[in-house]
Amino acid sequence: MRLPLMNLVKLNGMSILRQLHLEEKLMRTSSENWCIINDGTIKPTIVMGISGKPQELLETESVLRDEIPVIRRMSGGGTVIVDQDTVFVTFICNKDAVPGLKPDPQRIIHWAGHLYEKVFNGIGNFSVCENDYVLGGRKFGGNALSITSKRWLQHTSFLWDYKKSNMSYLKLPQKAPNYRQGRSHLDFICRMKDYISRPDFIDETIRAAESHFRLTPLNQEDNLLNQQYEHSRSRLLTIDELEEAPVYNPAVATRV
Amino acid sequence: MALRIWASSTANALKISAKSTSVSPAFSLSRCFSSVLEGLKYGKSHEWVKHDGPVALIGITDHAQDHLGEVVFVELPEPGKSVAQGESFGAVESVKATSDVNSPISGEVVEVNTKLSETPGLINTSPYEDGWMIKVKPSNAAELETLLNPKDYTKFCEEEDAAH
Repeated sequence: MRLPLMNLVKLNGMSILRQLHLEEKLMRTSSENWCIINDGTIKPTIVMGISGKPQELLETESVLRDEIPVIRRMSGGGTVIVDQDTVFVTFICNKDAVPGLKPDPQRIIHWAGHLYEKVFNGIGNFSVCENDYVLGGRKFGGNALSITSKRWLQHTSFLWDYKKSNMSYLKLPQKAPNYRQGRSHLDFICRMKDYISRPDFIDETIRAAESHFRLTPLNQEDNLLNQQYEHSRSRLLTIDELEEAPVYNPAVATRV
Repeated sequence: MALRIWASSTANALKISAKSTSVSPAFSLSRCFSSVLEGLKYGKSHEWVKHDGPVALIGITDHAQDHLGEVVFVELPEPGKSVAQGESFGAVESVKATSDVNSPISGEVVEVNTKLSETPGLINTSPYEDGWMIKVKPSNAAELETLLNPKDYTKFCEEEDAAH
């Protein structure tokens, strides 16, 4: 049986906001399958999930003081702070692209977990723990998904390395997985670079994807990747939104 | 994975069974154990619509909420917005995922369920009653005829689950 086609886009240092806009455009306007790998992003940026509340998740005073950009993305999941030492991997697929995979959240997460098991292949006691990717019991990546009636998107920001000072912008979330056991950020996360080199991780991810798809590399200069998408829901939060008192409830967020 | 889904569906069936003595609408229990109510129409992306005079009530089905998991956030349109059949009008967040919710009919949103802002889990516990999402003034009554009746929706769910 021939494997389905997937376009492979390898980026280097694209801003995470631009990457998210690109992903939404491909998710909503393309009927092809995509794998996007962005090796680092140019500026430290906080990225929250669709329901993220700045006052609950961030040390907003220091975020505002240090002018750290904060993005609310269109997918679910938690809050991360990303920079040039983060490696981003995204899969965007038609709902029938993976034979036998029903596109509901748990099954997609399960599928992605299997893919990354192949990447790490026993390195560092890799496992999927309550939807997080862990090495030696510490998290280095998670799952965030967006699902429509015809397509799904799964993306992860992998901590190849990180700065301790950046983690101080994030509060301990109220909802945390059981395996976190109340650990602070620095005791909960780990650096992927302690286990695998950056080029090897990217190469092995591509190889693992090739077990499901026939990958076709796309040039970063391709027009499709550079056209604007006006309907993107991922956006930068304003200073007013970061300064707002907790009465703001994004659960009443309305679609404009 | 199959055992977990079966267990989840069974628990759901038990909840429905326990409630059935106090719920007035008749329901049928599909072989996949999610409840499908009589008197509603269904879309293939798992939304239901109840036409009640000049207004139609819309939400997601028990089958949908069961597959999503715990709903933690709901994004709804503003009253006054137009919705189109088969197009997304909002989203729910569950288990790290944002899932689009599509409107089974076209029309104008006249009311949204504001309770879902504080209690999004109503979609899980009461998908056909307290978990309703929007009320729409239909713009094309003929669209209701294109939707699935309860029996056909039950069969659709079974075939969809069997295919995976």
